[in-house]
Amino acid sequence: MALPPHISAGPAGGSSRTPVYALVGNPNCGKSTLFNALTGLKQKVGNYPGVTVEKKVGTAYSQHGQPMTVIDLPGAYSLAARSPDEAVTRDVLLGRRSDTAQPDRILCIVDATNLERNLYLVHQILDLGRPVILVVNMMDLAAQAGLSLRLSQLENQLGIPVIPCEAANGRGIIELRLAMSRPDLPLSRHAWAVPAPIAPAIAEIQASLISHDHKGPLIARAEALLLLTDQDSVRVAGSTPLHPRTAEILRTWEKRWNDEGTDWAGSLVNSRYDAIGRLAAEVVLQSGTSGPTTSDKIDAVATHPLWGWLVLGAVMLLLFLSIFTLAEYPMNWIDAHVAALANAVKGAMAPGDLRDLITDGAIAGVGGVIIFLPQILILFFFIGLLESTGYMARAAFIMDRLMSRVGLNGKSFIPLLSSYACAIPGIMATRTIEDSKDRLVTILVAPLMSCSARLPVYLLMIAALVPGDRVPLLTKVGIMLLMYALGTVGAFGFAWLFKRTLLKGAPPLMIMELPPYRLPRLRDVALHMIERAWIFLRRAGTVILGISIVLWFLTAYPKAPADATPAQQLAQSFAGRAGHLLEPAIKPLGFDWQIGIGLITSFAAREVFVSTMGVVFNTESSDKDTTPLRKAMLAARWPDGRMLFTPLTCITLMIFYVFAMQCMSTIAVVKRETNGWKWPIFQTAYMTGTAWILSLVVYQAGRGLGF
Amino acid sequence: MAVLLKLSELAVGASATIREFPKTGPAFVRLREMGLLAGTPVTLVRTAPMGDPIEIKLRGYHLTLRKSEAEHVLVESAS
Ligand SMILES: Nc1nc2c(ncn2[C@@H]2O[C@H](COP(=O)(O)OP(=O)(O)O)[C@@H](O)[C@H]2O)c(=O)[nH]1
Ligand SMILES: [Mg+2]
Repeated sequence: MALPPHISAGPAGGSSRTPVYALVGNPNCGKSTLFNALTGLKQKVGNYPGVTVEKKVGTAYSQHGQPMTVIDLPGAYSLAARSPDEAVTRDVLLGRRSDTAQPDRILCIVDATNLERNLYLVHQILDLGRPVILVVNMMDLAAQAGLSLRLSQLENQLGIPVIPCEAANGRGIIELRLAMSRPDLPLSRHAWAVPAPIAPAIAEIQASLISHDHKGPLIARAEALLLLTDQDSVRVAGSTPLHPRTAEILRTWEKRWNDEGTDWAGSLVNSRYDAIGRLAAEVVLQSGTSGPTTSDKIDAVATHPLWGWLVLGAVMLLLFLSIFTLAEYPMNWIDAHVAALANAVKGAMAPGDLRDLITDGAIAGVGGVIIFLPQILILFFFIGLLESTGYMARAAFIMDRLMSRVGLNGKSFIPLLSSYACAIPGIMATRTIEDSKDRLVTILVAPLMSCSARLPVYLLMIAALVPGDRVPLLTKVGIMLLMYALGTVGAFGFAWLFKRTLLKGAPPLMIMELPPYRLPRLRDVALHMIERAWIFLRRAGTVILGISIVLWFLTAYPKAPADATPAQQLAQSFAGRAGHLLEPAIKPLGFDWQIGIGLITSFAAREVFVSTMGVVFNTESSDKDTTPLRKAMLAARWPDGRMLFTPLTCITLMIFYVFAMQCMSTIAVVKRETNGWKWPIFQTAYMTGTAWILSLVVYQAGRGLGF
Repeated sequence: MAVLLKLSELAVGASATIREFPKTGPAFVRLREMGLLAGTPVTLVRTAPMGDPIEIKLRGYHLTLRKSEAEHVLVESAS
């Protein structure tokens, strides 16, 4: 059928396939909010195969109830990608990914308060020759800033539907749905002048892309234009490489321009901004309000040389206070219910191995991890809040200088800080770090920050270390701070080392937008939190369950005679034997086989060490009161009669826990975030290796000094 | 002839126009794509509490960059 050249066929060429929309826009322009408004809870979150870039797909419905697929592509400033996120956006739009069909239509979202810069990406996208709907979001904020936009003018100039919208208030969504439901959409008629010296190169690369890479003429032209600004571009797994012939032509031109001194990339960007400038001049009518905005006023305090630190400190304090106080209630609740569930199963089933497997293996093991879920949820909530208000970028701005000392940039700060509560949300928050090496370094060192699961171990050791039933508060806090400091120094030291050796790269850039402060919507932040928590449970769930069962098996088999105490059972179990096997390796650190058992079982989660010691020393003690356990531990002796838990051993054990990777959930999350077993294995090896060496040094030096 | 100075040397609160710019390097292509072009007016809003990075305002939005990049961008002060 013959269509006029600027009218495209229906989304699927008339067939009944669900049309696929790609949602693209700059970071912070309200893309996630719009995606949530369009798709509600009908979303699926996963990864693009081979890269750890989030793939979000949802279903929206047209006015007539017809489903439409919407892919939320990662936020991007340009199709000349500078991060894995942007690379995925580019590759999907150019049809370079075999795992994702090229979208039928594109929804471009721009921030009305910042039209010029936002239009740069739109300008690149219009070249693709696909039907585009332009959503101009944040109309409320534009009005507040005294901007008046003649959107009908924009629509005229571009020849595509332009829809004003306030995603956060749900305004404009109906109009957008209507536009999305249109059976045909016009193609853009925007034309702009490619700089003359570059035009022949574009033509030649375009021809090669058509004949060698089998692209359509329009998309080939768009890709040719892009290739010229896409120097040192980021390549990610899953993207189809260029045909060698095309790459060759590109290199020849670049060399020629280099020799002639032609600034080809710059002149391309210039011509785009020229065209955008002309558009903006017709569309944006600025009225005279240009005094300091609310954001400027907040920033005068929030990034002030003195007040800035206080605000940052206060925000962090609030974060930790809420984690440690608010989380306590749900944690107690979970604790009680896990115990009740185990008891119910105990009552309902006949005694036997299967029952023990379920109660002591599965329920106790998984319960030991989900007890941290409240803390993890609160952290996710806070991180989401910091992100959507815009404060996250300020924290990165303030901390950049300090982080640059070890070769990272300010964006690593919040992930590392969150890891003081729990490394899992910290590691999952590293996705905001664009540079993949910086991201990896941050992931590798994050678990060195002392997390809350280490607290019970520290507390028990401090109790055993200090004579008397009551530990003076000052001593307790002092030793605790020492351990936190040790982990922090370790994390920064290793970050420095990794950036210098294994993951050497250019010093990270700090080219970052500081978006205006915005009031976030609780619903979106909560949705973000639930989504993160669900990813964690889904990815770590099987590993946690599996390891819990293995650990239970190791402690339950082989069976001791029926009249044995739990301590005797544990002593002759596989775990007990493993403790004996381990003893030669840990004896130089001052640990015997019984502590060895604790090291093995606490691989599930560090705090399990405390309950294992309870079983090993045959005491009934709770988290609240470790006095009986402390007494039993102090009574423990080596076979030659020396005291086992000397102050030196206690200190050494704490140092071991500062550094050792004793957390299966973290390992599972690192595997997900790095796409394979290589890095979690490396991380476990370097952390536990460091723990061993440092403990050895401290113990032997302490012995040498007569402790 | 107007005097050119480095963007990193601009006083807090001062405005200037971008004049010269390195042609290559990932940082500079990206800065261009973010709208920092020869002829673009910018204002230095502030420096971070520890002196680096700096925050500039251009085309109605705020952008941060490190001094190590800003050193290579020459501007003409709007005096
Ligand atoms: N006032 C206003 N705020 C909005 C609008 N759309 C989004 N926001 C807010 O802008 C912030 C960033 O939005 P988000 O969707 O996370 O941006 P993204 O980075 O593009 O995904 C959030 O706090 C939103 O609540 C809007 O139309 N008006
Ligand atoms: Mg978002």
